[in-house]
Amino acid sequence: MYILAIILVMAAGAFQLSRQRAWALAGGRSSALHSRPSYYGWHAALLSGGPAILLVILWFLFASSIVGWIVTAGLPEAVRSQSTEALQFFMQDVRRLAAGLPLGREATPEAIDAANAYAAAMLAGNWVFGIIGVLLAGWLGWLAYRKVDPKFRARNRVERWTDYILLSAAAVSVLITAGIVFSVLFESLRFFSMVSPIEFFFGLNWSPQTAIRADQVGSSGSFGAVPLITGTLLITFIAIFVAGPIGIMAAIWLSQYAPRRVRDVAKPLMEILAGIPTVVYGFFAALTVAPFIRSVGESLGLNVASESALAAGVVMGIMIIPFVSSLSDDAINAVPTALRDGSYGLGATKAETIQRVILPAALPGIIAGFLLAVSRAIGETMIVVMAAGLAANLTLNPLAAVTTVTVQIVTLLVGDQEFDSAKTLAAFALGLFLFGITLILNVIALYILQRFRERYD
Amino acid sequence: MTELVSNGGRFAAITQRPPRPEAVVAAHTRRRYARERRFKLIGMGAVIVAIGLLAILLATVLSNGAGAFQQNYAVLDVRFDPAEIDPSGNRDPEALADADYQAVLNDALVAAFPDMDDRQGRRAMRAMLSNSSALQLRQMVLDDPSLIGSTVPVRFLLDDERDQYLKGEVDPSLAEANRRLKDRDIALVDRLAEQGRIETGFNWTLFTNADSREPEQAGLRAALVGSFWMMLICFLLSVPVGVAAAVYLEEFAPKNRWIDLIEVNVNNLAAVPSIVFGLLGLAIFLNLFGVPRSASLAGGLTLALMTLPVIIVVTRAALRSIPPSIRAAALGVGASPLQVVFHHVLPLALPGILTGTIIGMARALGETAPLLMIGMIAFIANVPSGPLDPATALPVQVFLWSDSPERAFTERMAAAIIVLLGFLIAMNVIAVLLRKKFERTW
Repeated sequence: MYILAIILVMAAGAFQLSRQRAWALAGGRSSALHSRPSYYGWHAALLSGGPAILLVILWFLFASSIVGWIVTAGLPEAVRSQSTEALQFFMQDVRRLAAGLPLGREATPEAIDAANAYAAAMLAGNWVFGIIGVLLAGWLGWLAYRKVDPKFRARNRVERWTDYILLSAAAVSVLITAGIVFSVLFESLRFFSMVSPIEFFFGLNWSPQTAIRADQVGSSGSFGAVPLITGTLLITFIAIFVAGPIGIMAAIWLSQYAPRRVRDVAKPLMEILAGIPTVVYGFFAALTVAPFIRSVGESLGLNVASESALAAGVVMGIMIIPFVSSLSDDAINAVPTALRDGSYGLGATKAETIQRVILPAALPGIIAGFLLAVSRAIGETMIVVMAAGLAANLTLNPLAAVTTVTVQIVTLLVGDQEFDSAKTLAAFALGLFLFGITLILNVIALYILQRFRERYD
Repeated sequence: MTELVSNGGRFAAITQRPPRPEAVVAAHTRRRYARERRFKLIGMGAVIVAIGLLAILLATVLSNGAGAFQQNYAVLDVRFDPAEIDPSGNRDPEALADADYQAVLNDALVAAFPDMDDRQGRRAMRAMLSNSSALQLRQMVLDDPSLIGSTVPVRFLLDDERDQYLKGEVDPSLAEANRRLKDRDIALVDRLAEQGRIETGFNWTLFTNADSREPEQAGLRAALVGSFWMMLICFLLSVPVGVAAAVYLEEFAPKNRWIDLIEVNVNNLAAVPSIVFGLLGLAIFLNLFGVPRSASLAGGLTLALMTLPVIIVVTRAALRSIPPSIRAAALGVGASPLQVVFHHVLPLALPGILTGTIIGMARALGETAPLLMIGMIAFIANVPSGPLDPATALPVQVFLWSDSPERAFTERMAAAIIVLLGFLIAMNVIAVLLRKKFERTW
């Protein structure tokens, strides 16, 4: 951290010196310079700071992995010959020890030795890269300083670099996607090497508790995702069933009927629903809606699970009302006035115009809004974690408890985890599935929206 | 345009059509108008339902959580007995730290209720106060050794069940077997109240303590600090990168397939479920880069990835709202494309970018699911002192407390939600005010 500050100070120094030099060389007449003096400064600052900071950041990012390899290579034979899982586990301990964190149990002498080696290597690495960084910054800063000359095209140079910096910022988003795809895909492939994809996508039984010891009874672990998928779809369906009519009708009323004053108040109020954190909805579902549905169901003589799909679905529906309504609102407003006026001209009432002219014309936009809402509902986590069940039931009964893909991801990854059991890897396979489904829905929705916009533009 | 239709009706009357069709038309028109009114009412109903649900949601949170901002304290006269605390009399800090403060506390309790001086009675009295009370006395003595030998009234945290009883949340008419608070406990608290030894005050513990297994000692400090670090890291990473990416895409990007790919990509990333970002954070930051589990750094990085696409989208919208005439004018007086953007377009777009950024940060502040993935669900009883310490976040604390059966934790969970919503409302109000202040129509 200090090293970054030092390099930044050096870059600032390079900026100042080069600017002064440029000014001095120009003899105080800015017209004598190709670029304004501060561009000479920027040129020096970027040249001295940029590569050095990049180097140090790269070291910070990969230090832990690199030092880990070095330490692993230097481990005694007895430790190194363990299975890869055991070795990973060992290295985790070493990292904790090296960072001075408590282990929670007695550390082995090998681990303490390795931790000392790890800490020493880390320190050495920090020094080496820190010094290289400072030297690099100084050398490049000196070069830039020497280069200052009234004829030197500093502005063009700086602008080209800025362009590259901006481009690389834009490329970060691609890196994120690539990161998601590769990290999730990689772990999923490991999962599918243990569990066949056919069992995963078509198996009807989900009980991810794998046996820790081979002789344990009744914990073979089965990974059939069908109950999770039906559970997710059931809750999503309930949510859309709630949000769809309310959202569309609200959008229609707000855009076509509501007095301006009412709309100015009601619309932001509805938008608040979208800004409330999902954990709050989870609280609402688990503490208010679920007991309410349960008591209503009991008074009707129905058997309602305390973690019924209905409660989670209804609350999720409340959450996505603003998505449906604001996207429907956009779609309705995009319908050209000419269509509306034509309908009125033929003597249709407002309701008839809306039902027979505006809604059909706005349909693609509304469908896109629905798809986005569905994708939001499928990926929603906290409501279902707090209000839906954990047991995987293959049922379509909204009063029963079902579990969802996101709930299972959380259950599998929260708590102790070892990184090679099918149980942990299953979470990544589910994540891949989730990513794929929502990606497809989003792409379709965005495509429809684009086509729709083009139609009336 | 309903006039048109009614004019049509009148027109039909003037031309003196046979009465029967007119009646038919009038009836038909009536039906159509009725349908119109029904449709309108349904629409209004939908809006009322949506806003009503919002009101119910907020009312539930408020009614559940308001109580947690109050805490009942028991005030006891504590005699700091020198024989008990410092028998040697030389005020040796080590001896003071090791003294038996539980005995001091017991003496104070017995002094208040002399008739309870048996084993069972003492246990009941001890259970009445939070289990940190003896430590509280110890801290008082260590801070100020001159207390030894004096008798002072001390405010102790009341145990959560008794606190709930005083707030009216425990129903004494319920069968004793169905309550956690037994009859004799209730009688004891009632006596305490009769003696005027109960004080009610603002629950500062909620803001000064980290999480605890004892509801009355549990607070939000660790969550607030953790959320602060995460927001800081998230802001420092996502805003510069996001704004730079947006500037590039909106102002400099050539039209080619790669740029199209990036654009589609950004739009899709904005809609990827947050839990997937959590998986990414787990795989990349924790397993590849070796960031410590549960650290605010890991949380901040993950939230930054999640917020980045949002920032890009809002910044692009802000840049787009700057009219081309500004760019043309700047180019016309000889600015380079980069100077146009950095000297003119970006400063003008800044309020819009800021508004969008605040809204993006508000979303990140309320996010829970990705943080669960990177292990921020741990029980954190210490306030984190830096971004590498294990921490928790406000929404995660809400989730953690939701798992606890105690009624007092439910109350605190709702209080945590109120605090969280308070921050979100403040951020959104700032965003709206900024927009109002700097909004300009070109």
